[in-house]
Amino acid sequence: MARQITMMQAINEALEQAMDKDENVFLIGEDQSGGATVEHLEEENEDAFGGVFGVTSGLMGKFGRERVMDTPIAENGYMGTAVGAAATGLRPVVELMFNDFIGYCLDTILTQGSKMRYMFGGKAKVPLTIRTTHGAGAGAAAQHSGSYYGLFGAIPGVKVVVPSNAYDAKGLLLSAIEEDNMVVFSEDKTLLGTKEVVPEDYYKVEIGKAKVKREGTDITIVTIGKMLYVALDLAEKLEKESVSVEVIDLMTVSPWDQDTVIESIKKTGRLAIIDEANPHNNTATDIASVIGDKAFDYLDGPIKCICAPDTPVPFASNLEQLYLPNVDRVMDTASEIIEDLKQ
Amino acid sequence: MKKINKERAKWILQKMEDIRHFEAAAKKLFAAGDIPGFVHLYAGEEAIATGVCAHLSENDSITSTHRGHGHCIAKGCDLKGMMAEILGRKTGLCKGKGGSMHIADIDKGMLGANGIVGGGITLATGAGLRNQYLKTKDVAVCFFGDGASNEGSFHEGLNLASIWKLPVVFINENNMYGEGTPHQYASSTETISERAVAYDMPGETIDGKDVVAVYEAAGKAIDRARKGNGPTLIECLTYRDHGHFEGDEQKYKAREGKEKELADRNSVDEFKDYALKEKLLSKKDIENINKQSEEDVQEAIDFAENSSIPEPESLYEDVFAE
Ligand SMILES: Cc1ncc(C[n+]2csc(CCOP(=O)(O)OP(=O)(O)O)c2C)c(N)n1
Repeated sequence: MARQITMMQAINEALEQAMDKDENVFLIGEDQSGGATVEHLEEENEDAFGGVFGVTSGLMGKFGRERVMDTPIAENGYMGTAVGAAATGLRPVVELMFNDFIGYCLDTILTQGSKMRYMFGGKAKVPLTIRTTHGAGAGAAAQHSGSYYGLFGAIPGVKVVVPSNAYDAKGLLLSAIEEDNMVVFSEDKTLLGTKEVVPEDYYKVEIGKAKVKREGTDITIVTIGKMLYVALDLAEKLEKESVSVEVIDLMTVSPWDQDTVIESIKKTGRLAIIDEANPHNNTATDIASVIGDKAFDYLDGPIKCICAPDTPVPFASNLEQLYLPNVDRVMDTASEIIEDLKQ
Repeated sequence: MKKINKERAKWILQKMEDIRHFEAAAKKLFAAGDIPGFVHLYAGEEAIATGVCAHLSENDSITSTHRGHGHCIAKGCDLKGMMAEILGRKTGLCKGKGGSMHIADIDKGMLGANGIVGGGITLATGAGLRNQYLKTKDVAVCFFGDGASNEGSFHEGLNLASIWKLPVVFINENNMYGEGTPHQYASSTETISERAVAYDMPGETIDGKDVVAVYEAAGKAIDRARKGNGPTLIECLTYRDHGHFEGDEQKYKAREGKEKELADRNSVDEFKDYALKEKLLSKKDIENINKQSEEDVQEAIDFAENSSIPEPESLYEDVFAE
């Protein structure tokens, strides 16, 4: 039987293979090994943490502390250091534990690294991968649950990848590390434990390409990360009502794959987007505006954006569940669309 | 600064016991799956919050950390409201929207636990600015960890407080670890207090397991701040008895030498011995305080468990002030 591993293991394997392949690749971030001064851990090829989610676990034992670097809690310090190292020839993979901590280190991403190539007349490259986590559903409340991939996606010079499963996570991460650009690789913390068939070899999944995950003829639903599963559930439900849904996993949030989305709309004539981010100035609204501009003639109805509400992420479990786009919530929008289809 | 008298001693022991009992309850509730998210326990470090807050009134402000239950209790937050908050109930201090990492009660001068490491440092500086601006005699106290002292906010916040001579006291809780990374690895200086030199303010390292030592050092610094003489940095040496969060295996801990010494100490018992010796409290007092605290925490649990969860509409409330 084909090997199934978790998204966490797939990311770990990608990091290991990238480090095997290229000596300039190294990991840097808080608690990447953990227990930075505890010697027995090194001898036993073990890590105390491997990042707080355990994703980089075991790599310190194999590659040593020079290539799996623990940092102090100093996001601006280590992000800037990574940008500087990348601009001078190394290939750092930074872990920013939660994307919510971006406030401390946005400067080095927004006004330094992302602009270097352009400002320097194409003479610089910044091969930096920033691994981070996003997403609600873990009870982590307002300062640890945001979904800010759209915010990164608004920065010219930065690519943003959001995998929905272990297979794509491995291939996209290997592509990201080989890229000569800054790539934000955003992991949904609630997907890290989900399993998928993942080949053992080194393979890449192309950045900037979306995948049609389910074919359909009545409506296209574009999803980001975990929202894929909401759309697939919905598609099952709607099939019973004889509505045929095409589901696209966007995978790269910036630059996103306009061709695949437009091709699909040509077939279905309708578009809904499910995005866990807050509802304004996000990836969903970007897609809606581009499609409104470029594919208006193929549309038979309004574009629907289904997002989180315009609030921070609440703590109480019942409120957090309401916050997340889920099948019930999406059903409301779907019903409107079905009504529309019948006319 | 007043010496610890009987009334103070009672207050201090009561708060220390409340923290211990509250944290023991939180540990149990978390293990039972009743608390969503993460829980970072403070028990073992209670001498710091209580020794400092013993000097504060509701007009003074504090900022806290992700390990904030102890600071909340010492600053007078309601145990029932706190327990309801960490269980995500609508009767919680933040209506169930903040949880353990964000408990706050502005009316009590508690400006919030904080999910962002170092997030409170500049906020305390801001509260200090307010006090100076309005010519009050209030102070702002910032609690922060050894890990937080490596964030840029520490350096910027202390510099600002110093150039404007703001009434702020920076209380560093050096429990030796920031998650799995030891202070000795993460910091270029052996002590955090010596960094005060760079910001031209007094700095000292004290025994953070000894509530009396904390009380005395904090008292001096707070007096200094109230008199308009500017900020102070106090590093309290302590130990993180618990994991970084509940469930952390703590494979990175050494538990030797000084670490073991600190880990083996019990601030609450030490204070009881002190209070008995100084005749500030009787054995009976100590028993009563313990009993009272147990009851109060149980009452808080009952209150929280019997409270309802937030109404769905509340998801959309309090985004903006009306
Ligand atoms: C800006 C930011 N970076 C990282 C984290 C993750 N994190 C939460 S607590 C913590 C350790 C903090 O250590 P310290 O300041 O020493 O406080 P302690 O936990 O020891 O009380 C870290 C890294 C965070 N919450 N915020």
